[in-house]
Amino acid sequence: MALLEVRDLSVVFKRKGEEPFTAVDGVSFDVEPGQTVGLVGESGCGKSVTSMAIMGLLAKRGVKVSGSAKFDGTELLTLSDKQMRDRRGQELGMVFQDPLSSLNPVISIGLQVAEVIERHRGLSRKEASVQAAELLDKVGIPDPKRRLSEYPHQLSGGMRQRALIAIALACRPRLLIADEPTTALDVTIQAQILALLAELVKETDTALIMITHDLGVVAGLCDEVNVLYGGRVVERAGRHDLFRVPRHPYTHGLLASIPRLDAPRGERLSPIRGSVADNIPWTQGCAFAPRCPNAIDTCVEVTPAMEPDPVVAGERLLRCHNPVEPADRVEQEILT
Amino acid sequence: MTQVTTSTLVEVEGMKVHFPIKRGVVLDKTVGYVYAVDGVDLSIRQGETYGLVGESGCGKSTLGRAMLKLTEPTAGKVVFDGVDLSSMKGEPLRTMRRRMQMVFQDPMSSLDPRQSVESLLVEGMRAHGLDKGKESTGRRLRELLSAVGLPSTSLRKYPHEFSGGQRQRIGIARALSVEPDLIVADEPVSALDVSVQAQVINLLEDLQTEFGLTYLVIAHDLAVVRHISDRVGVMYLGGLVEEANSDQIYTEPLHPYTKALMSAVPVPDPVVEDVRERILLAGDLPSPANPPTGCRFHTRCPWRQESRCDTERPALRELAPGHKVACHWAEDIRDGRIRAHEVKPQLTQDDWDTGADDNSLAGPASVTETLGP
Ligand SMILES: Nc1ncnc2c1ncn2[C@@H]1O[C@H](COP(=O)(O)OP(=O)(O)OP(=O)(O)O)[C@@H](O)[C@H]1O
Ligand SMILES: Nc1ncnc2c1ncn2[C@@H]1O[C@H](COP(=O)(O)OP(=O)(O)O)[C@@H](O)[C@H]1O
Ligand code: SF4
Ligand code: SF4
Ligand SMILES: [Mg+2]
Ligand SMILES: [Mg+2]
Repeated sequence: MALLEVRDLSVVFKRKGEEPFTAVDGVSFDVEPGQTVGLVGESGCGKSVTSMAIMGLLAKRGVKVSGSAKFDGTELLTLSDKQMRDRRGQELGMVFQDPLSSLNPVISIGLQVAEVIERHRGLSRKEASVQAAELLDKVGIPDPKRRLSEYPHQLSGGMRQRALIAIALACRPRLLIADEPTTALDVTIQAQILALLAELVKETDTALIMITHDLGVVAGLCDEVNVLYGGRVVERAGRHDLFRVPRHPYTHGLLASIPRLDAPRGERLSPIRGSVADNIPWTQGCAFAPRCPNAIDTCVEVTPAMEPDPVVAGERLLRCHNPVEPADRVEQEILT
Repeated sequence: MTQVTTSTLVEVEGMKVHFPIKRGVVLDKTVGYVYAVDGVDLSIRQGETYGLVGESGCGKSTLGRAMLKLTEPTAGKVVFDGVDLSSMKGEPLRTMRRRMQMVFQDPMSSLDPRQSVESLLVEGMRAHGLDKGKESTGRRLRELLSAVGLPSTSLRKYPHEFSGGQRQRIGIARALSVEPDLIVADEPVSALDVSVQAQVINLLEDLQTEFGLTYLVIAHDLAVVRHISDRVGVMYLGGLVEEANSDQIYTEPLHPYTKALMSAVPVPDPVVEDVRERILLAGDLPSPANPPTGCRFHTRCPWRQESRCDTERPALRELAPGHKVACHWAEDIRDGRIRAHEVKPQLTQDDWDTGADDNSLAGPASVTETLGP
């Protein structure tokens, strides 16, 4: 049994007078201790809603969550608010894209970290403060003792994100969900934060769910990658397999449309045509069909299921009637 | 990538833009300056794409705006097609402006939501006397839409009826409507989804070929900038630190900051990521209101030397043909005579008036390290 087992997770939003909207549609994945699992996809594909559902952070009204999310054998989706809050501080940590909105603006950074330590480890305020300074130091905040008394608005974006990571770590979570933790940061600061997260996973055996739209970040950090499209996972594979032989037309299209830093100048990009506005409902076939260069008749008649890749070896699951053929010799090597 | 000629279209000399920091009840006291752009020389050739890259707040947008005289420079001059814009005002400047257009990052906030696409596009043409009768304007509008890949039914629609990528196409059509020579595109794709970014990048390339445009593309994403540009300028805290052609900047970055920036850009390929050397910079970008002395990068530079770095500001100088760098020690670094060392992160003073505190160097152990194989 994995540390976190998500099965068939669905989230439907229903506002008065509007059609119900399915943001997450039967998502399943596992996370083991010390493993980094990526959820990747474009804006609106359901990454954040997935993580908020697991963490019990979605509003109760107008939202229907179904399926299962078991943490160490315990079903999270049916826990009471209070039980969930306790776990969130203790075993489950979360880091968001915008650290300013998740830090309390009128409480000093030191106190925010110390409070968490106090609450979860039963230490005195004084002991907790010492530990808080140690934690800030560990996440790379210069002069941590002085920073303890500063307020969130006095820190730069990168420092705030470090503070938030320090708070998430204060309770020594066994699972950390990082939702676009570096998207708002400059690339040199992003590199610092990613190195910090990688080190933590390695040192403390924390399980990490890394949510990002950046395939470059995924390539460097995640052991296993789930590619989401329109609320469903469409391809899952280990990072080397996924990038070496992207089989789903959407994954393939994404990779072909990103300018790579190391690509020779002048190579033309191959964009995916249209936009997510062109999607058809999953109930009518494959949501990606209107944009898919591989689409065949079946695609708008039968909804593809998530199945093991019939051609390429390795632990890969695919939701596609007509996957991209592995092209060149390198790719042939890993064929069965 | 049209025919890049050797003739210069835009020449920027000694450009400075300092924004006063005002305090007092009626903001009547100037207590300091934000040195947003602080001495930049660059020239853009007819038909080329010049890419300006750097991190948030380093002055890219301000430089772009000052080049078009949308922001009044504190010092320096801009020569556009042989004409000095510095002293230009009123009607002559307005006429000149037709030839230089801007495309913005967020198409939603740069397009008036109450105007239809038709009215958005005609507006500029009318202002510059290019609206010469219903029929020819109608033809021109259809041409513009087809050039940017929008259906002709778009004319009666409003910006909110379009997706982000389509709105960016409207912004581009609007810039094109007045037949400019130069387009300054400030983060033209960073608000777009990955799959749509490529559509807009390809469109910009096609339009350049078709209309012989010259581009200044401003972006924080070095991979995008490298892809689209003939030449690249790297900015750090208000100054250019390196300039080279798109291949040179990747194969042989000379400035320590360029090296660090390059090494930090993730590449969507695990094989590459696993063996890459990463130069992690210590600490944050210093505030442009309180830039470090000497070389502005010296507080974070892993190659910093005891002499010159913190006292003398390095000038941009040409090390190889077309390859300029602003570092005192560039040759020694290139030839391996100087090695990178550890850097302790320094507290950055976020504002001009927090400076009373000690600028203590006490920090954690270095985060500058090499994550090699
Ligand atoms: N009108 C203004 N008044 C005062 N300060 C300004 C003004 N415009 C810009 N600045 C400051 O000048 C500096 C450079 O800003 P600029 O917008 O040029 O940066 P940039 O490189 O385009 O950054 P980004 O990547 O975030 O767009 C910043 O510190 C900014 O806060
Ligand atoms: N509270 C909400 N009410 C209605 N729709 C929502 C709500 N939160 C998110 N959504 C919708 O759910 C979809 C997935 O959102 P999200 O998970 O935030 O995407 P992302 O993958 O960018 O994180 C989007 O279409 C979004 O508009
Ligand atoms: S199921 Fe069909 S439309 Fe969907 S991705 Fe596969 S080939 Fe394309
Ligand atoms: S001049 Fe000195 S501090 Fe500046 S980049 Fe060169 S070595 Fe580094
Ligand atoms: Mg999100
Ligand atoms: Mg800008």
